[in-house]
Amino acid sequence: MQDNKKAFYFLLIPVLLWLVMLIILPHVDLFFSSFKPNSGEDTYTLENYLIFFQDKIYWSTFLYTTAYAIGVTLLAFIVSFPVAFYLVKVISPKHAAFLMLMLLIPLWIGELVTIYGWVILLGDKGAINESLIFLGIIDTPITMLYTNFSMIIGLLYMSMLFMIIPIMTTLESLDDAQIEAASDLGASKFTIFKSIVIPHSMPGIINGSIIVFMLVIGDYLAPNILGGKSSLWFTEQIYNQFLSTFNWNQGAAFGFLLLIISSATIWAALRLSGQKLEKVEN
Amino acid sequence: MIQSLPNSPVYKYGYRLYIALFFAFLLLPLIAISVLAFNDTTSITLPWKGFTLDWFFADTTARKGLFSDADLLQSIWISLQTAFLMAGLSTVVGTIAALLFEQYNFRFKNLLYFFAIAPLVIPGVILGISILLGSTYVGGILDTKFGIDLEIFGPGFWLVVLGQFSFGATYVMLLVAARLKKFDFALEEAALSLKASRLESIWYITIPFLKPAIIGAFVVAFLMSFANFNTTIFLIGSDPTLPVDLYSRIKFSSTPVLNAVSFMIILIITIVATASVFIKKKK
Repeated sequence: MQDNKKAFYFLLIPVLLWLVMLIILPHVDLFFSSFKPNSGEDTYTLENYLIFFQDKIYWSTFLYTTAYAIGVTLLAFIVSFPVAFYLVKVISPKHAAFLMLMLLIPLWIGELVTIYGWVILLGDKGAINESLIFLGIIDTPITMLYTNFSMIIGLLYMSMLFMIIPIMTTLESLDDAQIEAASDLGASKFTIFKSIVIPHSMPGIINGSIIVFMLVIGDYLAPNILGGKSSLWFTEQIYNQFLSTFNWNQGAAFGFLLLIISSATIWAALRLSGQKLEKVEN
Repeated sequence: MIQSLPNSPVYKYGYRLYIALFFAFLLLPLIAISVLAFNDTTSITLPWKGFTLDWFFADTTARKGLFSDADLLQSIWISLQTAFLMAGLSTVVGTIAALLFEQYNFRFKNLLYFFAIAPLVIPGVILGISILLGSTYVGGILDTKFGIDLEIFGPGFWLVVLGQFSFGATYVMLLVAARLKKFDFALEEAALSLKASRLESIWYITIPFLKPAIIGAFVVAFLMSFANFNTTIFLIGSDPTLPVDLYSRIKFSSTPVLNAVSFMIILIITIVATASVFIKKKK
């Protein structure tokens, strides 16, 4: 037993160090920093939060970002669901493995490189406009880059895989016989999807939505590189406070607000679906 | 819809068309980069002006290729070092965390587990600023109260490694725990009954069983570190990692050398990913 105790502490100490030093304490510090004035005085103040509510640019960007993140999550679901269903139920596992590889490659290449790829594609002199002009379909380039359109493309591109995989996992446990039975009894495709496939994959849809929402609302590269002047993303306000104006305490308040909105949304999604956070990972 | 059921041709071919469009969408940026890395012009995009390897090898004032751009090579080198250390640290602590949470029951276990998986749902930006604030605070106290000025608490190479490790360990833990769930504890009990200590049985029995998952998790952590921007940007000192360097080039000075670097990344990742699939198949 003594020996078992020793092993336990041997395992516990590094884990405690990791969680206390790099997860818990930094977030406690984020919380306290957000209530301190930037002057460096050792007092507590609500000033940083008041600025957020008084200055329209901050709270409107916050609402705008949240609304767009919900919209992109919905879009990611619509785009991804048919792909997940196709990979699990329509084609053979061998072909599915090949397509899965093609899905994973952009993920491992990383967000920055793929977003840069969209800069090349969508610009006024980009590959898409040049090709369309070359083919005689259009005469003058269509403005796509540095708009909300290009920003949404980027956000969708970097996040949709995280919708596809959880949905695929739940679809794998759906018995084909159930679909066949429904079809034999005269159910239309629409009814089968609505009454069998979607309800069965609901846990995967919720998990995917949580991860996509978190990635999108916390993203910086897609709005910053692909978005236009009007595509203000809340993370950009945090970056500005930390890296341009050096008002770290103001930035901490913004960061804490972002943490609250993302946690609250995740919590609401879990409550609505009756799931636990522990399950999201799978 | 599924293979065993009849489908109308419109449904069947419509569906296939959608899937084809989806994968075109997925691969289009990668193809564009790969082609334009060899374009003989100083613009990053079309029109096509002929084939050249200048963006890899040239060393003139107008054209500086990837392999003669000292700044770029330096940031790649920094990224490789960071990724190696971050993956090593994440693999050790993540594996330990998996063993701890899978094999022991203790007070506050659920609370600790909650913090261990929290990085999955905390945006990378928040992790970055929190760790910056936390380390600056601790560094400040050490400096003013004890007169100890430790470089590790300021933005720089080591803070980047630690910052990325904070979420890297989470992913390693989950990947290793998934394999640990399939482990037969009778094996460990056998070792224990043969007078092995608890730690010996972990080292000689459990770890070898987990080896494939541990290696896989190391690669995953390495790639995550190499591509990370959101957390890293707040923690770097004077030496940028590759994503930070590429970001400032995209914003301020785009040349086709960006295509060349991106092409190299695409090439290496594609080879590694394809190889890993084939290795898995052979097993």
